[in-house]
Amino acid sequence: MNILVCVKQVPDTTEIKINPETNTLIREGVPSIVNTFDAFALEMAARIKDTQDAKIVVMSMGPDQAKKALKECLAVGADKAYLVSDRAFSGSDTLATGYILSEAMKAVEAQEGPFDIIFCGKQAIDGDTAQTGPQLAEHLDYPQITCISDITVEDAKIRATRETEYGKEIWESSMPVLVTVTKPPYEPRYPTIKTKMAANKAEIPVLTIAEVKADPEKSGLKGSPTRVKKTYVPVLNKNGIIIKEEMAADSAKKLAGLLSDAGLV
Amino acid sequence: MDFKQDEMHQDLIDMYRDFAQNEVKPLAAEIDENERFPDETVVKMAEMGLLGIPFPEEYGGTSMDNLSYAQCVEELSRVCATTGVIVSAHTSLCAWPIYAFGTEEQKQKYLVPLASGAKLGAFGLTEPNAGTDSGMQKTTAVLDGDSYILNGSKLFITNAGPAETYVVFAMTDKEKGTRGISAFIVEKGMPGFSIGKQEHKMGIRASATAELVFEDCKIPKENLLGEENKGFKIAMMTLDGGRIGIAAQALGIAQGAIDETVPYVNTRVQFNQRVSQFQNTQFELADMQTNVDAARLLIYRAACAKDAGEPYSHLAAMAKLFASEVSSDVTRRCVQLFGGYGYTREYPIERMMRDAKITEIYEGTSEVQKMVISAWMGVK
Repeated sequence: MNILVCVKQVPDTTEIKINPETNTLIREGVPSIVNTFDAFALEMAARIKDTQDAKIVVMSMGPDQAKKALKECLAVGADKAYLVSDRAFSGSDTLATGYILSEAMKAVEAQEGPFDIIFCGKQAIDGDTAQTGPQLAEHLDYPQITCISDITVEDAKIRATRETEYGKEIWESSMPVLVTVTKPPYEPRYPTIKTKMAANKAEIPVLTIAEVKADPEKSGLKGSPTRVKKTYVPVLNKNGIIIKEEMAADSAKKLAGLLSDAGLV
Repeated sequence: MDFKQDEMHQDLIDMYRDFAQNEVKPLAAEIDENERFPDETVVKMAEMGLLGIPFPEEYGGTSMDNLSYAQCVEELSRVCATTGVIVSAHTSLCAWPIYAFGTEEQKQKYLVPLASGAKLGAFGLTEPNAGTDSGMQKTTAVLDGDSYILNGSKLFITNAGPAETYVVFAMTDKEKGTRGISAFIVEKGMPGFSIGKQEHKMGIRASATAELVFEDCKIPKENLLGEENKGFKIAMMTLDGGRIGIAAQALGIAQGAIDETVPYVNTRVQFNQRVSQFQNTQFELADMQTNVDAARLLIYRAACAKDAGEPYSHLAAMAKLFASEVSSDVTRRCVQLFGGYGYTREYPIERMMRDAKITEIYEGTSEVQKMVISAWMGVK
């Protein structure tokens, strides 16, 4: 079993702040983490490896500092890591990213053999588009199952549980297949000191546009039809009222009265 | 001189912190309240390699160093001092003397399971009448054929009960005082060895602290650790290293108290302003963090000296003296900043104040540290 997990290094959104003047993210001093859903995807892959013979390769597109995220993956189950990095890739939207990743995957397969399952997080917690995984599947012309919370591998097919608004769906697919992963009913494993030390020393090959053989016209800003027109912080709705009587019981009575007057109860 | 943490150590600190925050902190109040030893945490720490940090891989450890070990105890103690001392007593007081003084057979038999975390360790030196005056041992060991027969008892032994391997000291020659003390490796379940009364303590309440009782306890002759009558030196050298662990525990408690206090004063309003807006609060916290950082530097210096194979006894003593007193001071002042709420169990700060005090007492009181330091200075 040969597994690819695509990961993205993202700023830890729980600690993010926005510059009120420019409406842009303040990135200085904000720690970077492996995208939460990608960490779930890696754990799901690692659980397959726990029970059967499997190799896990992780791949990320990003600047050189994304090697840190890849090393974190190497400490919790991944066997090999590749960084896809080139100035020509910067500014890529999801369409261009999906395309570059599909070409990069072919370059990685030349080294590691063909992949049976490609795992992606369902979305990145910074962009929240949930498009890159599905677009990668389309570029590869692979079947895809999105938002899965569980997977089992049986002979030459997979069976996955897909989470929807209306309940759970069970899907089967032949391989190769691409899946995107939502929160499973378990947490990613912790590294050990030994895996952490080994990961820290690991060399991570960098694939540039030449090695990936991506078309520069389809990469980076050139290949990205999406343009950000404006970013802004939503205005807080301050139309609410605060009820603060001396006694909590009086506050409750006043609230009940207001709700009743408004015909809400 | 380089004060910057290298990438490997920083990565491991992040790992220890992540584990401590997510797995250790949620249990801290409950295990303290119920005096419950956290078995489940010990299993998780063993899996991660936290129980054999400074020992070579060939003996079940991770081949990291004493600096990383101290940083692990610091991060654990930042959220739970009990968990910190479990690791510290196990690593410094039981696994280390076997690593440093054990034969190859003893290392294979006892150090490998300790360092890999398969077994927990403890150390028995203190007796009812031999605390700081640890040379006054009453426990005896008499050679009888291929065995030693141990009689006596040990008091206030950390990890007693959950531990399966004990490094124990006893008199092999009563006439010679400290030159008649020997060290032994005793296994749980050996005939005549039992765990006595559990202590109920002011702080670190979830850590096991109990009596070891030896009644004609028969142990194989090959379980003598080091040479006969050379045990006191083993005990003293072991405690030198242990002080780095306890200093790191004290540091963790103090930093943990500040971690809790800053967000509290930033939101608590009195006299129509946040408590953090009073300059007294700002000065108190600035003073505390400066002391905590100074303690951290002393501890890291002692750990690095030990890793470099340099004399570190006095450095460890300075680190423990300063860190433990800072810990008691900082936690007390943090309770004061919390006011009445700080005195309640609604917040972890009172627990931290209770936990800090022991660091000034065990593994050498502050007064003993001053004796070690002044002796090193040549003060006669």
